[in-house]
Amino acid sequence: MASAKGLTGRQKLGWTVVTVLVLLYALFPVAAIFANSFKTQADLGNPAFWPSNWTWENYEMIFVGSAQELFLTALRNSIGITLIATFIAVVLATLCAYAIARMDFPGKKFILGTALAVSIFPVISVVTPLFNLWRTIGLYDTWPGLIIPYLSLTLPISIWTLAAFFRQIPWELEQAAQVDGATQWQAFRKAIVPLAAPGVFTTAIIAFFIAWNDFVYGISLTSTEAARPVPAALAFFTGASQFEEPTGAISAAAIVVTIPVVVLVLLFQRQIVSGLTQGAVKG
Amino acid sequence: MTATAENTPGAEPGGRRDRRKDHSPRKSDRAKAEVRLGWMLAGPAFVVMLAVTAYPIAQAVFDSLWSYRLTAPDERSFIFLDNYLLLFTDPMFWRIFGVTLLITIVTVAVELVLGFGLAIVMHKALKSLRGLLRTSILVPYGIITVVSAFAWYYMFHINSGFVNNWFSWVPGIDSELDWFANFGTAISVIMASEIWKTTPFIALLLLAGLAQVPDELVEAARVDGATRWQQYSRVIIPNMKAAIMVALLFRALDAFRVFDNVFIMTGGDANTEVLALLAYRQSISRLEIGLGSAVSVVLFIAVLLMVFIAIKLFNVDLAAGTDASGGGNKKTGAKKGGGK
Repeated sequence: MASAKGLTGRQKLGWTVVTVLVLLYALFPVAAIFANSFKTQADLGNPAFWPSNWTWENYEMIFVGSAQELFLTALRNSIGITLIATFIAVVLATLCAYAIARMDFPGKKFILGTALAVSIFPVISVVTPLFNLWRTIGLYDTWPGLIIPYLSLTLPISIWTLAAFFRQIPWELEQAAQVDGATQWQAFRKAIVPLAAPGVFTTAIIAFFIAWNDFVYGISLTSTEAARPVPAALAFFTGASQFEEPTGAISAAAIVVTIPVVVLVLLFQRQIVSGLTQGAVKG
Repeated sequence: MTATAENTPGAEPGGRRDRRKDHSPRKSDRAKAEVRLGWMLAGPAFVVMLAVTAYPIAQAVFDSLWSYRLTAPDERSFIFLDNYLLLFTDPMFWRIFGVTLLITIVTVAVELVLGFGLAIVMHKALKSLRGLLRTSILVPYGIITVVSAFAWYYMFHINSGFVNNWFSWVPGIDSELDWFANFGTAISVIMASEIWKTTPFIALLLLAGLAQVPDELVEAARVDGATRWQQYSRVIIPNMKAAIMVALLFRALDAFRVFDNVFIMTGGDANTEVLALLAYRQSISRLEIGLGSAVSVVLFIAVLLMVFIAIKLFNVDLAAGTDASGGGNKKTGAKKGGGK
């Protein structure tokens, strides 16, 4: 309501304080682990926040040093598995959400209900049977062995986000296209896809975050570097000797896997928030 | 159904169009094609969802009725409900259940307050600040829970952490305090990490709710002399009740499954074990598939129960999430009122 010019000095001060508080809240723990990742082994035993002298040795350890094997393969697994799971979920969810938002057919409510039930499903409840089944049919410790269960995380939220999003699209456009002689599919592709694309894209980011975040499946359904994703691998880091804590290496690895999150957030902050709040086609 | 049919012609001036549609001879063909296309589009997602959850949970229910250890598969025997009996008569199980419930209640309560504050800040912020605020808020939202767990763990760690040093002036905190050796302190750090990571999610859902409150309503209340507190308590919050309840329920269900933070920080030591961790340790670490499945099923039923209570007692309309237009909420409300 108020414009920047209309702010009084006190309001300006208030907003500065609020902004600093929010920034502190959001970034402080990240800053703490960032600082850790640049500390030397000796420095890590020292209760100061920032390193006394900055070093790259932790990053060297995970990229070219002793933890390379563990970290780089895990990073490759995480990226590959997460991207594939996100892609499959978004494609399936787009088709499904379109049908739900747009069409009238029996079982529609049931599909939405199923999506809801799956999204509240405790992951740990299906881990035990999957663990057993995967071992029997040879999916244990493989990429598909994680991609398939990841769909249980990414599909429901994708369907719900997209269905909500699709309901806000001005569908008169589609009807107009159909009146002009387009088939339903053509109308969908020409009139709706350009409007829906931001929603699909936003959904993909959210699905990516969720799959990227997984720990339960990652630690339960893998046993080697063949498929173990980064969050699970972090729990297996060991220090250079048995008396050394792997704090530095874990911190460095944690920062590396946080970079994609920060990049996505910086680039698509507006889309993510608007996707979750009002949809991109608010009138 | 009937209520809707009765209401539509009166409520909508477009009754003429509806009638034409109803009597159109092409309707049944089109409707059939729509059903077919609808299921063709929605079917694959539906099947995949069932395959990755319904089948495994059915298997878990089945496995939970057996004494079944992977290291001794030949000794598998049917024991019916003995696994559950074993759990429910074990005080340790109830302690673990209690800890899980405690984490759920405390984190969701704190997150609701914090999240509402953040939502208001994001909602009210000027354009120039909005981007910065939202970007920073999304960092914890997107960060990996395990990373958050390590960040908080190292902050409070007795050797590498700085918290003991910074807060040594607080009674009870000194360089000798091992946060992860005692239940109270350990659970606090676990909850802090949980709250930090998931408050943005609640804040964003509440922001969505705030955005749906019509500005005219608030403006009218303001003109009528409502104080800022009254604007919130009488106009804004009642109008976003649906968003609040959905945020609350989703987070409560999520918090009840807490695993990552506990696994990383204490591994269940200092009595901080939670249900998900118990299931993991029985199944994956000890290969006790029968008992592990029983814990999994109990966790699942507890979650179902929470949903049931929310829907029955608090009338949470989870479907409101897809019905994002303001009119949708009003319609549901009217329908409910009319029905009872």
